Amino acid sequence: MKKILFALATTAAVIGFSAAASAADKAKVCFVYVGSKTDGGWTQAHDLGRQELEKALGDKVETQFLENVPEGPDAERAIERLARSGCGLIFTTSFGFMDATVKIAAKFPDVKFEHATGYKTAPNLATYNSRFYEGRYIQGQIAAKISQKGVAGYIASFPIPEVVMGINSFVIGARTINPDFKIKVVWANTWFDPGKEADAAKALIDQGVDVLTQHTDTTAPMQVAAERGIKAFGQASDMVKAGPKTQLTAIVDTWGAYYIKRTQAFIDGKWESTSSWDGLKDGILTMAPYTNMPDDVKALAEATEAKIRSGELKPFTGPLKKQDGSEWLKAGETADDGTLLGMNFYVEGVDDKLPQ
Amino acid sequence: MGIFEAILLTVITAATPLVLAAVGELVTERAGVLNLGVEGMMVMGAACAFIATQVTGSPYLGILAGIASGALFSLLFGFLTLTLVANQVATGLALTILGLGVSGMIGEAYVGQSGIKLPQIVFPVLSDIPFLGPLVFKQDLIFYLSIAVVVGVNWFLFRSRAGLKLRSVGDSHASAHALGINVIRMRYLAVMFGGACAGLAGAQLSLVYTPQWVENMSAGRGWIALALVVFASWRPWRVVAGGYLFGAVSISQLHAQAFGIGVPSQFLSALPYLATIVVLILISHNRRTTLINTPASLGKPFVPDR
Repeated sequence: MKKILFALATTAAVIGFSAAASAADKAKVCFVYVGSKTDGGWTQAHDLGRQELEKALGDKVETQFLENVPEGPDAERAIERLARSGCGLIFTTSFGFMDATVKIAAKFPDVKFEHATGYKTAPNLATYNSRFYEGRYIQGQIAAKISQKGVAGYIASFPIPEVVMGINSFVIGARTINPDFKIKVVWANTWFDPGKEADAAKALIDQGVDVLTQHTDTTAPMQVAAERGIKAFGQASDMVKAGPKTQLTAIVDTWGAYYIKRTQAFIDGKWESTSSWDGLKDGILTMAPYTNMPDDVKALAEATEAKIRSGELKPFTGPLKKQDGSEWLKAGETADDGTLLGMNFYVEGVDDKLPQ
Repeated sequence: MGIFEAILLTVITAATPLVLAAVGELVTERAGVLNLGVEGMMVMGAACAFIATQVTGSPYLGILAGIASGALFSLLFGFLTLTLVANQVATGLALTILGLGVSGMIGEAYVGQSGIKLPQIVFPVLSDIPFLGPLVFKQDLIFYLSIAVVVGVNWFLFRSRAGLKLRSVGDSHASAHALGINVIRMRYLAVMFGGACAGLAGAQLSLVYTPQWVENMSAGRGWIALALVVFASWRPWRVVAGGYLFGAVSISQLHAQAFGIGVPSQFLSALPYLATIVVLILISHNRRTTLINTPASLGKPFVPDR
């Protein structure tokens, strides 16, 4: 009986493993997910990308995925299993898979690997990322227009450059509209805990913020904002269902275009190891419809989005000061990608001490 | 409503599932059974409560579904460990893994749906008492149930004959057996009570705390409940104190961050665990009373000689 139980448990854990015999003429593209493909956020966005890939390339491609793969030694085993099972191109979709991917890529020189949001490459290992901060700049501008009190609440996950970059971009955007705009940051120290995210949202609202944004993965903060009657921004996926009268817009990850482009290159034999960091103009991230805001704010948001797309506007452009008041960027100077990817300081206007 | 009241309201919501699951597990452990599957039963309860609510439109049927699913799920544990005498630790861990998997599977179609929040039950007059009224007399059914369960368990364990029998089963199953108590039956009931409480705690998560379903939404609360039982040295009111303290520190640290007090957030995040452990160790520091409260047969299998 115990054996049966364990067998059941194992089956449940790998329920997403859709094994199918590989036809020789098909490109087999595999994905490793850190969460469940229906998490409503990060992993769901990657899985939608996979589905788009299947739709776009049809018979030429066959996909396979592993979900709920924990970061660490298990990830290594999962990636190796895919590499052995005949996958030609493997996407590993979480920052924490970086070292595991590097290790397995060295073991399987004939298999191509792509790691999301990391910075380590090899001849058969590429990295890809999205300029989420472009969307956060637009959110900041909207927040500054919408907020009556001039204070936004920001639910953050972990103090990694990716998240710090988002906070800074939000504040820089907001301060172009209201130079005194402030944000309150609460670190949940988790990507995924609906209860804790809801608690953080309640704490921020109780302290008087009237617009909320999040860099965690569940729709719980959006739900709390809806209940309390304030406005909020969604994260990773369009969260409008959780707050039809609440969501202003959301940063939506749309990996599909990238997956199609890279798989096509792989099929054509033109795949090369690259480090791509695309933004709004490449369609790797899109803004959910601008809703629940006055027309002039919507027009402003659309104008800003167009300027970012065309490259006319870059969020991290001087004059900008760091939190302590020292000068960071001179007027007209733009931050380079290296600085952004290692960002460990706040810009002026953030009402928080950065955890180091 | 003042900020202090607002904080306390959030604390009550955060503490209720911990208290419920911990009190249930306390009864199970008092009968000598260690069920590490609290997390799994809780998440099953959350999934079933949410699904039943979405299907029937009634959150009260959802509560029933949560309780029933937790109890049924714990029955599986009972069968394996009590009838088949499997190892309790391994089976409990398997129950958690199984619960997380099965709940994810049955709940998949319900991810992203906006749930129905359990309505508040307002006591007339009483709810108008300043400060206390909105906190205690304007809550949802599960909060009232949690209070009733704690009071009931405390009475049952220490004031009733059946409770005495249950404790004797947990302290020395051989003696209890010799006295003619049906050890296995008593343990089955205790396990199912623990399961029902964990299921109810799960229902609180998906109907009150955050009215939605996402896979793994219990996010480790079952493990915290398990730890609370041990640190409270198997006393119901200490479990309540520990649960509310944990909730209070968790919420306060979020407020402290929003105020911008400049203490590293990693430290603040660890604070609820540290504070709860320290306080509960202090109140249970008397080694002799702790020993008396520890069920001596905890985790030991019992095979009645026939």
